[in-house]
Amino acid sequence: MFSYIIRRLVVAVPTLLILIIISFVLMFAAPGGPFTSERALPDAVMANVMERYGLDQPYWKQMFDYVTNIVLHFDFGPSFQYRDRTVNDVIAQGFPVTLTYGFWSFVVAIVVGVSLGVAAAIRHNTWLDYLAVGISIGAQVLPNFVMAPILLLVFTLWLGWLPGGGWNGGQWNYVIMPVIALSTSYMASIARITRSSMLEVLNSGFIRTARAKGLPTSRIIIRHALKPAMLPVLSYLGPAFVAMITGSVVVDVYFSTGGIGQFFVNSAFNRDYSVIMGITILVGALTILFNLLVDIAYAWIDPKIRY
Amino acid sequence: MFPEKAVVDGLADAAHLAEVQGRSLWKDARIRFFRNKAAVASLVVLIAIGIFAVFGGLIAQYERDFIDFSLMGANQTKGTPSFATGHYFGTDSSGRDLFARTVQGTRISLLVGLVGAGVAVVVGTLYGAIAGYFGGRIDGIMMRTVDILMSIPFMFVLILMLVIFGRSILMLFIGIGLISWLDMARIARGQTLTIKNKEFVEAAVATGVSPMKIILRHVVPNLLGIVIVYATLLIPGMIITESFISFIGLGVSEPNTSLGALISAGAGQMQYGVIWQLLFPLFFFIITLFAFFFVGDGLRDALDPKDR
Repeated sequence: MFSYIIRRLVVAVPTLLILIIISFVLMFAAPGGPFTSERALPDAVMANVMERYGLDQPYWKQMFDYVTNIVLHFDFGPSFQYRDRTVNDVIAQGFPVTLTYGFWSFVVAIVVGVSLGVAAAIRHNTWLDYLAVGISIGAQVLPNFVMAPILLLVFTLWLGWLPGGGWNGGQWNYVIMPVIALSTSYMASIARITRSSMLEVLNSGFIRTARAKGLPTSRIIIRHALKPAMLPVLSYLGPAFVAMITGSVVVDVYFSTGGIGQFFVNSAFNRDYSVIMGITILVGALTILFNLLVDIAYAWIDPKIRY
Repeated sequence: MFPEKAVVDGLADAAHLAEVQGRSLWKDARIRFFRNKAAVASLVVLIAIGIFAVFGGLIAQYERDFIDFSLMGANQTKGTPSFATGHYFGTDSSGRDLFARTVQGTRISLLVGLVGAGVAVVVGTLYGAIAGYFGGRIDGIMMRTVDILMSIPFMFVLILMLVIFGRSILMLFIGIGLISWLDMARIARGQTLTIKNKEFVEAAVATGVSPMKIILRHVVPNLLGIVIVYATLLIPGMIITESFISFIGLGVSEPNTSLGALISAGAGQMQYGVIWQLLFPLFFFIITLFAFFFVGDGLRDALDPKDR
């Protein structure tokens, strides 16, 4: 087990390095630097600016400094567009918001998705099953950027129940729509995966044995069937996590929640390379870490996995 | 003299019976596919959408970038969908004909899906087949590379690319092409592992056919079924990716448009009561995705009966 974790860590580090290198190479390949403007700066001023941001150094030195600053000091450097703000400030401001609604979306997607999937599997080929399958197919073609306007249309414009945007310190009625918009399609996928794996488990021998012993159905489901049926769901959580962080871009833009996605898009429009790179690398690191945790959990739960 | 007519007919029938052909796997698959009603209906819808995207411009009464200044900002009252004015789907807030724009958006979205799937088929299949066929260390290195690339949040890298190299359809195609082949490579590799142990591959090896030729002539044709299935199932994902990027305003740039950009513009207008500007593009977006899902599902049932 220990050596497995070490081995996975050994793969995770080069992955992160590759991500950083890709981002860096893209930035150098960009036509024009971040300070190219219509009005040419005097050479002396330009040289000062370049020095301030370390852009006069050779490329390999810049990259080395960038990486060591991140690793040693968790410092992503200054923003290229806003003098008074560093990338760290941006992350500190936006990330808690993203984490809050991301966490709730995750909880909602898993709880609702798993319950729906289990219910559909137990009541196989009844109206409940068909309803669950229908919902999961329908939700697949409703990605978050389609959900967001529909929710806004129904709950804010027509019914007037929920505020149309903002964060307000994470008050519950401001969190509801972002969470629904973000979690729906993953809820659907989780429901579909749970249903099919649950059906498989319910047809297996040890469940028949448990039935033959005369255990109540609820106990069979909870104690015997749920754990093995959850394995495929667990392996889906990695991609779901990535998708949710990505989806936060839409949620932030649409509901003005002020999460990290909003900064990402704003920086994208302002060509604020350092902020974009910082967020990309942070998200990449989190993704790799999360996948690592999922894999370890998987190896821990599934006795068939040899590591 | 001459045999009786009935006898002749009987003989002809018998000869006809003797000609009964064995059904090929592809024919079998076609029969299975056409038995699936949802898939066939979706195929019809898809063809209709394709015709709409390619020839819809001919019915449109206006150019997609023609701005009717008298309607600008007044689309809530004057820009409603109507056959009388020739704006079948109404106009957008700048007074442009929504029908022509929806046609163009649908075309771009379909194109993105097809290009993405095309790259996935060509690159992914070859990559997976080579990794699977050679095996050993080559396989290890190639598939670890795929693993590493897969764990990178590509949406963010794609946005980074679009920001740095400027927004263009070409850049979008390159970016989406870069992501799309990874899954396909894994699937093709897995399938190749079973194919390479079959007798016909052994026979080819024994007769001295070069490895690349075996891959192209013997392995890849046998991968085709599964590759087609997953290519179809990939297309909705590609369309969603492109629409996502256009939705946040980083995809295709004006005067070009895509369904994502149209949905975004429509969503921004709905608070003024201009609901059609959201609903028309949304309708085309949703039925396109639905149709691809069902066709993909039908193809999977037809070509890959083991996997349910």
